[in-house]
Amino acid sequence: MKISIERGTLLKAVAQAQSVVERRNTIPILANVLIEAEGDAVSFRATDLDIEVVDKAPAVVERSGATTVSAVTLHEIVRKLPDGALVRLADDGTSGRLVVEAGRSTFTLATLPREDFPVMATTDYSSNFSAPAPVLRRLFDKSKFAISTEETRYYLNGVYMHVSQGDSGMVLRCVATDGHRLARIDADLPPGAETMPGVIVPRKTVNELRKLLEDDKTEIAVSVSETKVRFATPEITLTSKVIDGTFPDYARVIPIGNTRKLEVDASEFARAVDRVATVSSERSRAVKLALENDRLVLSVNAPDSGAAEEELLVAYDDERLEIGFNAKYLLEIASQVDRENAVFLFNSSGDPTLMREGGDTSAIYVVMPMRV
Amino acid sequence: MPALCRDCLTVFDALPDRARRCPACGGPRLISHPELFDLSIAHMDCDAFYASVEKRDDPSLADKPVIVGGGRRGVVSTACYIARIRGVRSAMPMFQALKLCPDAVVIRPRGSAYAAASRQIRAMLDALTPAVEPLSLDEAFLDMTGTQRLHHAPPAVMLARLVRAMETELGLSGSIGLSHNKFLAKIASDLDKPRGFSVIGRAETEDFLADKSVRLIWGVGAATQEALERAGIRSFADLRRWDRKALADRFGHGGERLWDLARGIDRRRVRRDHRPKSISNETTFFQDTDDRELLEGHLWRLSEKVSDRAKATGLAGRVVVLKLKRANHRLLTRRTSLWQATQMADTIFRAALGLYAPLAGTGPNRLIGVGLSEIVPAAEADLSEDLLDPGAARRLRAERATDAIRARFGPEAIIKGRGLR
Repeated sequence: MKISIERGTLLKAVAQAQSVVERRNTIPILANVLIEAEGDAVSFRATDLDIEVVDKAPAVVERSGATTVSAVTLHEIVRKLPDGALVRLADDGTSGRLVVEAGRSTFTLATLPREDFPVMATTDYSSNFSAPAPVLRRLFDKSKFAISTEETRYYLNGVYMHVSQGDSGMVLRCVATDGHRLARIDADLPPGAETMPGVIVPRKTVNELRKLLEDDKTEIAVSVSETKVRFATPEITLTSKVIDGTFPDYARVIPIGNTRKLEVDASEFARAVDRVATVSSERSRAVKLALENDRLVLSVNAPDSGAAEEELLVAYDDERLEIGFNAKYLLEIASQVDRENAVFLFNSSGDPTLMREGGDTSAIYVVMPMRV
Repeated sequence: MPALCRDCLTVFDALPDRARRCPACGGPRLISHPELFDLSIAHMDCDAFYASVEKRDDPSLADKPVIVGGGRRGVVSTACYIARIRGVRSAMPMFQALKLCPDAVVIRPRGSAYAAASRQIRAMLDALTPAVEPLSLDEAFLDMTGTQRLHHAPPAVMLARLVRAMETELGLSGSIGLSHNKFLAKIASDLDKPRGFSVIGRAETEDFLADKSVRLIWGVGAATQEALERAGIRSFADLRRWDRKALADRFGHGGERLWDLARGIDRRRVRRDHRPKSISNETTFFQDTDDRELLEGHLWRLSEKVSDRAKATGLAGRVVVLKLKRANHRLLTRRTSLWQATQMADTIFRAALGLYAPLAGTGPNRLIGVGLSEIVPAAEADLSEDLLDPGAARRLRAERATDAIRARFGPEAIIKGRGLR
């Protein structure tokens, strides 16, 4: 194999690959990226056995071939090369070394045979559709904060992507919850997605996927089977196993009878929560909300370190209510609101609270109160 | 010499050195020491605590040897003084203890009863000084510095009154060590057990320690002792011959501490908010087992014991730990972080069960244990409910109701069916 490639192009491709590679690896080959040169392109493939990413980049291929080298080392080298440099990668297929040359720098890297590199088995995808990057970005960005890290409930360690009945027709829906808060985000159902099986997309995959969604103009090709999900742009293909488990019946968690309505400027609210929470050093900082006649008093009382109080003018005309929440959870859901006011719907101080943006029901959040 | 009668609490500013009986009441329990009324760091240690609680609650045991501990394969947790005369010691395997003392009454530990007694004692300690540092259910350090004006009596008198009140009001006896730092107070409380009251003054500190074994130092176990012995150090006097730097070079960070302790210097403060690192309970089986149902029954009982202790001490934990010891003594531990700290048995049990599930059927096991770690105050625990498990809220309410019933009618008043497995 012998190729020349522009440093910027190479860096982008290798960066995507190396982020999939697990830092602590017991299987040496999994620390490597598989480089395959053919025609007028080179592809970089990396895997942690659950996720596989293939990034294709244009290159001048003098001699086609394939080899594997440490993804992290290659990434570090390319990162440190000057912008605009032309990078040459060459191996002779026998010495077990890859030579990386750019300007006056020469690096020689140990390789492992390409045959050892595990390539993810192909699957028959039962559903293929395409969605604009901004749509997927909204679905995952607004839900991923609620993904659980609890190992015992592994089936919550991802975003549940499925087809559901929305307020006005079928929707593509993403749900994430950790048992304390829940996010349910809907988007118009893309043509071809009707038959999609519901899948739990793991947290790491969601994070990797995010890198494919930066450009508003990109169309993402999505393929889904019972066991795998694939997201592809013309350059990058991200394939991932899905979490083998049953996502809980979230519908019964979403309160429908909450009538006590609070409307508040979301960013003003978030800043106030952040300020009062400062006095508490506990990991689960509790903020108390006291509501009465268009007045919201936020307070934190931490016996060991101090107390704080802040008042906000809001829209609230139901009877007096006091309710406590984890400050972090409140901040996270309030920061999902970007266009209109945040609307909170309460029942009692012990029941789940619902939050949405204005009258928009395509993104709703549920948060469990805590004792204060 | 200043003296104090532990029976009638009469204080004598100067009593002839040879006085053996209290001139006021004639009682023999007289303590006299030149620094008696100048020392204020104390260590209180209950005498054979678990066994004493059992004897108090069942007077028919009063003159019988009592061993508190688990099963035949278990170990002695506490032996009463009658059993101790026969050679039974804490941590001794039960079969060995029963060989020495075949007529002993063996009682399974009743955690909640001990926790309740401990709470009563703690309340008495808190009345003496705000600086109470509990080390376990039955022992604590007290810093009584500056309390004389408050109590109108020197620390020694208040401590003598404390142990007298523990005996008369709670039916439990304890021993006091009084000195000028924690290290020496703890040594002192052990000198004259049971119902002891020992004083180590500043003037006598070095002489007192000189011929004692370095084993007295907390943290010097068999391994350190061996390392010290290789350096020719057996007693405190040996230790004192080394200079600070040489000790630090040879024994690292702990070397400097040794230099200090060799001279009876201990600058650690009595820390009232001292929290244990973990709360755990374990059980050793009569026979190695891999029976899932049996092990799950043990998990429940252990979770309940851990929960009882957490509740008794006002603590909770963020991490649940499962411990399994295989028949070949290989130890397995598994841990899981909870999303919020808990002190509830139901939550501990469910987490422990989740940890055990993948290990089920891989035994046989000789021991199983459950613990809480990353300890926080109870006020930070169990604050929120689980959206996805509405049953949990009901189970926790049931547990609180159960606790209330037990507090009133005793620990056996109500138990779960799975506790019988």
